[in-house]
Amino acid sequence: MKRIGLIFVLIVASGLLAACGGKATAEPPIIDTGVDPESWAVVPAGEFLEGQHEHPTLVDYDYEIMVTDVTNAQYARYLNEALAAGAVKLVAEDQQIVGYYPGDEFRGAKHEERIDEGDWLHIDLNEKGLRLSFDGTTFTPLPGYENHPMVEVTWFGARAYCEYYGGRLPSEVEWEKAARGTDNRPFPWGDAIERNNANFYSSHDLYQKITDSRGGTTPVGFYNGKTYDGYKTLDSPSPYGLYDMGGNVWQWTGNVYEEQHYRYMRGGSKMEYEQWLRVWARNNAHPKYFGPSVGFRCARDIATTE
Amino acid sequence: MQAIRSRFTFLFRSTKGLVLVAIAAIALVTAIFGMLSGPMVEWGVKDVVVRLLDLDLVPAEREGRIIMLYHAIAMAVVAIAVYLITAVVPMKPHEQATINATVTAGYILSMICGLAFAYLGHEWIFHGLWLFGLSLVFFAGILLAAALWPWRRDYQIKDTAYAHWGRIDLERAAFFTMAVATLGSAMFGAVTGSYWGNGHETFLAEDLIREPHKTNLEYSIIGHLHIMLTLIAVAVALIVGRRFDFKGPLHKISMPIMIIGTIVITIGAWTVVPIPPIAHMIIYFGSVPVLLAALFMVIFGFRKLIQEGLAKSGGRGFGASLKALVHDPLRFGMLWQMVFMNFTVSFIGIFVAVKLDEIFRVWPARDERLILTGHWHVLSGIVATIILFYYADMVGLKGKVRQWFGWLVIVGSDVAFASVTIFEVKRLFVSEADQQPVVNWTMALADIGLIVVLVMLAGLMVWRLVDLFKRDGQWRTELRHDPHVGIAQGDAPESLAAAQELSK
Repeated sequence: MKRIGLIFVLIVASGLLAACGGKATAEPPIIDTGVDPESWAVVPAGEFLEGQHEHPTLVDYDYEIMVTDVTNAQYARYLNEALAAGAVKLVAEDQQIVGYYPGDEFRGAKHEERIDEGDWLHIDLNEKGLRLSFDGTTFTPLPGYENHPMVEVTWFGARAYCEYYGGRLPSEVEWEKAARGTDNRPFPWGDAIERNNANFYSSHDLYQKITDSRGGTTPVGFYNGKTYDGYKTLDSPSPYGLYDMGGNVWQWTGNVYEEQHYRYMRGGSKMEYEQWLRVWARNNAHPKYFGPSVGFRCARDIATTE
Repeated sequence: MQAIRSRFTFLFRSTKGLVLVAIAAIALVTAIFGMLSGPMVEWGVKDVVVRLLDLDLVPAEREGRIIMLYHAIAMAVVAIAVYLITAVVPMKPHEQATINATVTAGYILSMICGLAFAYLGHEWIFHGLWLFGLSLVFFAGILLAAALWPWRRDYQIKDTAYAHWGRIDLERAAFFTMAVATLGSAMFGAVTGSYWGNGHETFLAEDLIREPHKTNLEYSIIGHLHIMLTLIAVAVALIVGRRFDFKGPLHKISMPIMIIGTIVITIGAWTVVPIPPIAHMIIYFGSVPVLLAALFMVIFGFRKLIQEGLAKSGGRGFGASLKALVHDPLRFGMLWQMVFMNFTVSFIGIFVAVKLDEIFRVWPARDERLILTGHWHVLSGIVATIILFYYADMVGLKGKVRQWFGWLVIVGSDVAFASVTIFEVKRLFVSEADQQPVVNWTMALADIGLIVVLVMLAGLMVWRLVDLFKRDGQWRTELRHDPHVGIAQGDAPESLAAAQELSK
């Protein structure tokens, strides 16, 4: 019996060692996916099947949406421009970037919190998961993370980026139509998910080994059918050619709903199992929330670009 | 033929056999369907199982499959509770036989057909049979409630050491209250289910946590699932109390408040539909007496274990008392898990409720959802381990096997449940950016703990399976000594005495 006890203790100890051991690589592999983060896709007007239960829903206008999530390089460039233009402010003592938001109507519903007019947090420079550096005047993406999605950004910060460039955060319906197209597919790329369709909990990609505060995301457009350092990806665009509409990072959407202050996110993330990558899966948080698994992309009206 | 018949009689007529079949069914379902999620996906096991069993896992139907799986397991757990109640609460042999037969047919039919419908493509005949199985379980519940009727003259209280009101046995009344509350709460879900495809769409309750407006049908399901698990826990607590021959002053306090608490909690869960703002308050008021009743039972049981242990060892003092308390891990485990439940379920639930807007509603919904799903899975797991301890005690595990089995299940399950609880609330002490090490070690400990429990369960099941192939195995002894099978056959006066003893 003592021998059995010893074996048991050894099994437990080896399990724990396996879980906690192994030093995480701090530097991410630098990979150019070839997908342009500056590109936009047109989503034409028309009906699509919304939600898990496939309710026919009409979007009666054309719109454009970014092919990828906003990257660290793009957001750093924006911060530099917006700071110079006075569109956002640096609160030096708190090391925070804040910006104006006109506020939401408060209806006093249960659990509803006030989102008043004023300056709200966009990013917290103290946050360890942030992949930007700031030397007091200029923002720069951390080496290796230039083409990774911008994370640790609040809903206010995401909204401000899109509006600064004449766009907006996509509504939930816009986001879902862009992810699903007009058929009833559960995932942006089709009916089933393989581990190399997207960056999620079971994907075992090159970046999953980086378990430090900043790691885990893949460069935008990573799952495009190319093979990187022996890791073969499946080409996984949505019907309109969008990448990363499932996995990598949750994406803020723009709706402000009555009687609640929550803002909704879509798409699932690197930290989620496959069911959260289904096109109708939702997450939500307070608009001042930021995290290492939450990013965004923008939408805009076609007219704006003409 | 006789060999098969006698084994069939053991498995489907004796209490121990019936419980064994139900536990084996749950173990099998857990083993198979547990391979479709969690780390099994990462390890590639899911793909193998899907191919082997030709499972049809349409992503859009995942929630529906999970609901069917919950019902399949829950019906077997309900059946186990029914078997144990009909064994420990006095009733006529024909009542016991009828109730057990009905619930057995019901849970097996609903389990097989429900899972076939959910996982093997949608053959609607299976859905119909699933509903028929659930209906049989419900009908067995009606029969059980009738058999438990507290005002029956035959079962008036004889020993005033037990809680009573006049001549009414209040423990019997507590079982009756639980049974009636369960029937009403089952209808609460069934009525809503009947709207399926006609205004009601499949959903998991945890996905609606932050919806400011829920429909009546959604509220009904939320109320239904909460109260059903609560009532299963009440049933198991009452059954364990019987195992310890709970009586005396604490019994006289516990039973009335258990009855009141059960009624109030049930009303609270039902009022979620018409008056959701105050339903939670009613539930809180009902929870307090139920928890107190369970606490008094635990105190009684601990004291009894200490007395028994000290009588055996002859020791004195705190150390000897502590040793006496834990001398029998199976009986200690039944009670300890109820105490442990407070740390992983009740206290967490109260803390979340108190700090909901301040802390938990600032987190993403996914983190709040983790706590909800985690804590009720833990509660289900704890109920399962209590049943496992009860069964292992009932079949008389002895010596070192008893010690090893008992302690490994206690330690394995508690390590797993504690780890899951830490995982649930990790955001309280670690930021999202720094969480990976915490996720790794909590998940590793949870997996190790669960594997230990499942290995113990598998060992128990293999032992019972091998035993069934023996001509004069343990099964034959258990069949011979089953008081109710003996009475039904009318050939065992000794068994009758045993039954009467069981019935106080």
